[in-house]
Amino acid sequence: MTTLEIRDLHVSVETDTGAKEILRGVDLTINSGETHAIMGPNGSGKSTLAYAIAGHPKYTVTGGTITLDGEDVLEMAVDERAKAGLFLAMQYPVEVPGVTVSNFLRTAKTSIDGEAPKLRTWVKDMKGAMEALRMDSHFAERNVNEGFSGGEKKRHEILQMELLQPQIAVLDETDSGLDVDALKVVAEGVNRVKENTGLGVMLITHYTRILRYIQPDHVHVFVAGKVAESGGPELANRLEDEGYDRYVQAAAV
Amino acid sequence: MTLLTDKPRDHVDPQSTVGAAPEESRAARLTSFEVSDFPVPNGREEEWRFTPVDRLGGVFADEGDDDREGDYAADYDVSGVMDVIAQTALAPGQAPRGTVLVPGDRGAVVASKHTTEALHLKLEAEKEYAEPLRVNVHGNGAGRLSSAHYVVEAGHHSKALLILDHTGSADHRGNLEVIVGDGAELTVVSLQRWDDDAVHLGQHDAQVGRDATYKHIAVSLGGSIVRVNANVNYQGPGGDATLLGVYFADAGQHLEHRSFVDHNEPHTNSLVTYKGALQGDGAHTVWVGDVLIRKEAEGIDTYELNRNLVLTDGARADSVPNLEIETGEIAGAGHASSTGRFDDEQLFYLMSRGIDETNARRLVVRGFFADIIAKIGVPEVVDTLMAAIEEELAADMGASA
Ligand SMILES: Nc1ncnc2c1ncn2[C@@H]1O[C@H](COP(=O)(O)OP(=O)(O)OP(=O)(O)O)[C@@H](O)[C@H]1O
Ligand SMILES: [Mg+2]
Repeated sequence: MTTLEIRDLHVSVETDTGAKEILRGVDLTINSGETHAIMGPNGSGKSTLAYAIAGHPKYTVTGGTITLDGEDVLEMAVDERAKAGLFLAMQYPVEVPGVTVSNFLRTAKTSIDGEAPKLRTWVKDMKGAMEALRMDSHFAERNVNEGFSGGEKKRHEILQMELLQPQIAVLDETDSGLDVDALKVVAEGVNRVKENTGLGVMLITHYTRILRYIQPDHVHVFVAGKVAESGGPELANRLEDEGYDRYVQAAAV
Repeated sequence: MTLLTDKPRDHVDPQSTVGAAPEESRAARLTSFEVSDFPVPNGREEEWRFTPVDRLGGVFADEGDDDREGDYAADYDVSGVMDVIAQTALAPGQAPRGTVLVPGDRGAVVASKHTTEALHLKLEAEKEYAEPLRVNVHGNGAGRLSSAHYVVEAGHHSKALLILDHTGSADHRGNLEVIVGDGAELTVVSLQRWDDDAVHLGQHDAQVGRDATYKHIAVSLGGSIVRVNANVNYQGPGGDATLLGVYFADAGQHLEHRSFVDHNEPHTNSLVTYKGALQGDGAHTVWVGDVLIRKEAEGIDTYELNRNLVLTDGARADSVPNLEIETGEIAGAGHASSTGRFDDEQLFYLMSRGIDETNARRLVVRGFFADIIAKIGVPEVVDTLMAAIEEELAADMGASA
């Protein structure tokens, strides 16, 4: 059982005109096996929260804490956070020219586990995971994200999650850019990992459609850099009908 | 195109420099065997404007080699070419010496004049040389003047690989003159693995015969100042030339590569690809790639590309492609050039998967070179190069830690 705890998190980003505060006191607790949907309008700071958890150097934490089973995450380097069991599926995965997917995955797996995976089981695991995500096996020999379509990039993120087996995963708009079929495949992947490893999930999304395939236990409305309201799955349906206007107006007051 | 990394500029569009045609046609550039035709450069000349000529010291001197009793300025190990050394060395003006290479600058003209005996390598027609041919040049002291001139004649339909390996230190000026016979396949590798205080100027000219294939690979890792110019023209249609370069410059190092492909025959191909990484204060690389497509060169295909990866602040890469086209009847002509900083987003992405910073950097830099390394295709050279890159990166990690 793992717990990711975020308390009163304040984060700012360096801009040309000075530091700009984006997260203004975020509180969230995610336990193993739970799925939390984070929904909010564009620019409300959802990706900033995801990056702050992963330790992106562009974002500065100016207040609050993030802990994983009591360990101070903010003290950890980016790779140490991954080794501690955190995973971020990015909204815009990065291309790495000249580095093949298979080399990348194997290097990552070796780093996370502290030893190289046994070749035979590794190849089998990789093939199996790719098949389950309906990724053609030739992707293994392609360069990381280079020339991948939007949907292929997202599947590749989930592939990494399946193979690296984190404790807590943040999925930043993994549903965007996916057609219905791809959405189902990706959702199946997430559910599979949840079932197999008891993964805790922070699912960032704009739309409820992915929530039809991945059942959230909690839904949080994210507005102007913090959680404006939390509730059960029914909150998502209300957002679908009413939109964020009510919250945005409240935040503006 | 110029990139100064201490100015926040990530990418410079090569188009911005290419539209402007060079002031005079490359065809009109002076070549001569007369030393007096090439005064010692002062750095304001178009061809020397990127080179720190004030640091070139004695290498331009109109003087013979600094050989001493039993102690040569440079040693030449020719055991790897014993089978192909011609009976007699070639004096200046003794054909085939001078038929392909006419000096194009001060370094080449003094090299030509002061190499009284050029090593003449003759590859037998229709013979395939299974083992690489190898000449090891070792400089015996910084600042000691050394001159070289090699003439390589690849007989028609021969196939061979020649490696020129430079180590040690000297003020070295070396000319390489290559005649690729009809249908021959010749690869020449010039490895610059000099010590930190070496200076090396080189003019490497090749004439590519009918349906022949020529590959020139410059690998520059060591030396204080290295400037290797690889030039090609054709002696009949169907010739194919590939000019490749890989370089890794660190603090204070100047590595310059110039290439000139003279498409003087129809239906000839050329592919020019240079890639380099830079790290450390004052690391400087230059690539100038000239391509001339003459009026008679119909149906040719050419592409040139230069990419630079700047790993740290204070390094500078200059990259200048020049394409001169005198005929509209071509199959293809293109170029690309870019200089980019090490991408922190790539680093973050890899690290977020648990890969530590050292390994993440390694992956990115190796990835940058992956395609050109695949093009090189000579295992021995690839191994040397990979090891050198690892070493450079390890040195960097040590320095920044
Ligand atoms: N590097 C930056 N420089 C300036 N502003 C930034 C920077 N990064 C983020 N911001 C701003 O911070 C705010 C939050 O951005 P963020 O990407 O976290 O939003 P988001 O909720 O993920 O939006 P979306 O739904 O569009 O993905 C936005 O107003 C954005 O413009
Ligand atoms: Mg976002």
